[in-house]
Amino acid sequence: MSILVNKDTRVICQGITGKAGQFHTKNCLDYGTRMVGGVTPGKGGTTSLGLPVFDTVADAVKQTGADATMIYVRAQSAADAILEAVDAGVRVVVAITEGIPVLDMVEVYRVVRQSGVTLIGPNCPGVITAEECKIGIMPGYIHRKGSVGVMSRSGTLTYEAVWQTSQLGLGQTTCVGLGGDPIVGTSFIDLLKQFEADPATESILMIGEIGGTAEEEAAEFVRQHVTKPVAAFIAGRTAPPGKRMGHAGAIISGGKGTAAEKIAALQAAGIEVAESPADMGTAVQRAIAKKRSRG
Amino acid sequence: MKIHEFQAKQILREAGVAVLRGQVARTAEEAAQAFASLGKPVAVVKAQIHAGGRGKGTVLGDSAQRGVQLVRSADEAREVASRLLGKKLVTIQTGPEGQTVRQVLVEEGCNIARELYVGVVLDRSAAMPVLMVSSEGGVEIEKVAAETPEKILKEHFHPNVGLHSYQVRKLCAALGLPAASVASAERFLQGLCRVFYQFDCSLAEINPLVLTADGELVALDAKITFDDNALFRHPDVVAFRDVSEEEPSEMRAAEAGLSYVKLHGNIGCLVNGAGLAMSTMDMIKLHGGEPANFLDVGGGADTKQVTEAFRILLSDPNVKAVLVNIFGGIMRCTTIAAALIESYKTVGFNVPLVVRLEGTEVAEGKRILAESGVDILTADGMTDAAQKVVAAAKGA
Repeated sequence: MSILVNKDTRVICQGITGKAGQFHTKNCLDYGTRMVGGVTPGKGGTTSLGLPVFDTVADAVKQTGADATMIYVRAQSAADAILEAVDAGVRVVVAITEGIPVLDMVEVYRVVRQSGVTLIGPNCPGVITAEECKIGIMPGYIHRKGSVGVMSRSGTLTYEAVWQTSQLGLGQTTCVGLGGDPIVGTSFIDLLKQFEADPATESILMIGEIGGTAEEEAAEFVRQHVTKPVAAFIAGRTAPPGKRMGHAGAIISGGKGTAAEKIAALQAAGIEVAESPADMGTAVQRAIAKKRSRG
Repeated sequence: MKIHEFQAKQILREAGVAVLRGQVARTAEEAAQAFASLGKPVAVVKAQIHAGGRGKGTVLGDSAQRGVQLVRSADEAREVASRLLGKKLVTIQTGPEGQTVRQVLVEEGCNIARELYVGVVLDRSAAMPVLMVSSEGGVEIEKVAAETPEKILKEHFHPNVGLHSYQVRKLCAALGLPAASVASAERFLQGLCRVFYQFDCSLAEINPLVLTADGELVALDAKITFDDNALFRHPDVVAFRDVSEEEPSEMRAAEAGLSYVKLHGNIGCLVNGAGLAMSTMDMIKLHGGEPANFLDVGGGADTKQVTEAFRILLSDPNVKAVLVNIFGGIMRCTTIAAALIESYKTVGFNVPLVVRLEGTEVAEGKRILAESGVDILTADGMTDAAQKVVAAAKGA
């Protein structure tokens, strides 16, 4: 078992004929993802990497039965591409694109929430269920089928965590990159609900960073509703206030969103917090041991 | 992106939001002329820099001169302007070195009945813009939020719709504004919200917002910042950019498509991914070092961009050692290896370099580096890398 995607998920790529779309569609195919087609307006009827290309997402869904899409469309048009995917009736939309104007996402978020579609991202590495389905840009080889559910606001830092849990023999069920923007489609809480309900997921690793209050809200949810062991790491203890640290959402503004506040909230909820990014895998082990000893 | 107060007020004025009359002066003589042409008994001379806290800030080497001062004659305006222009103003936000004042705003005075606060930001939890008002004008909103959060009133609005009239009436009632001022408040608050979404702002703040003796609302100060991701559709906003207010190395990095923030330590960092870059800084600190910068080369960077990143890092005289920490996803380790060799040839490494590679095409990347003969220290994992670079920086 896993969450969101598995070996039966049928995936299309919006922006398949672009440089990034092409490169990563190939990598997803190599990983074993069931890629079934792509969309590039104006290139319908052609093929790319042996897959059929369509002019619209609606067409692609109708012809291929796709239920998930990954989006590499440029930032200026990406909000529109997400809305098109929702309208076409896919179940999971993974938006990799970085740099979407945040106010464009206000309307996208409202539509996504009303539709019941799951939007992962934008500005994220994607989602992967180990050894079954990779939708996104993460290096596939670091993942091992296992028991940790991973969710993160970061990209490369997630790879670090996955690598550690693979080397410790824990492995992963599903890993989700939420995205580094101020407004993203899926929250830690959305995923905590799903990981808690997934029988294959035995523990949960949450990777947050400075900015916003998503980690504090997740901590409160864990305290009230999550029975599985939870470990966490927060990036940006040394980040100066008022400066955007790469991600549009990673900024301490008005004295709020510091790593210290987040770590305090997580610890108060009984979550095992990793001291350093090298300690994320072992923090999961400690969280599991702690839960066991409490029975 | 940040702009000056006088630029923010120009945007507000054009959007129908009430601001005071004023003129920008770049010389003391212009300031005197500005006072005369305003034709009022009092005016305020305000230093224009991109940092807050100007009213309480003082001029470096002239601590009696503050960044904002009331003047009563053209001569006084000239005198104050001459003590500000070309001088460094030190505020709580500039750091002890201060920031050079290149222009002042000379603005008419007004008759203040009450000082309020109003600001528009994005409420990330609600995924909607929010208008916040408070009766505590002139006080930092963070301080009000921490000490008396009940004094902050909030109304969310959708950017495609704007602020409704009933929301304005609610706020007016809660603030205890006179009924005669509601029309003025409606023009002001709806206009401010419109500016926020039409210009893709990340902050539009008026502090203080003044209720005049005539019952009108008018902006005494104005601070607007913009969403960098949306600048592509606002050439008019980009034209407001004042490069003299920005850190040169950060601008150079931005031109190369790199995300760079200068810090005060001595260990340069070159990392892919914002989260990994932040935690690399955290690791350096944890092991007793101080990061010199945040640098995310991003996923799609090519050899040229990464080489430019090395140039920027190595041109910082504080840097005593460099840590390259790459976990390849989109970024291939081979790209980093090639850029590293290119930089070695063209820039030269005058400080020790610790390299940790993992992820896409790692074996090939490591092989290229090993065969190149470039003098580097390799590391396995983040702890090893952090320990090695901290030791190297101390030894240098």
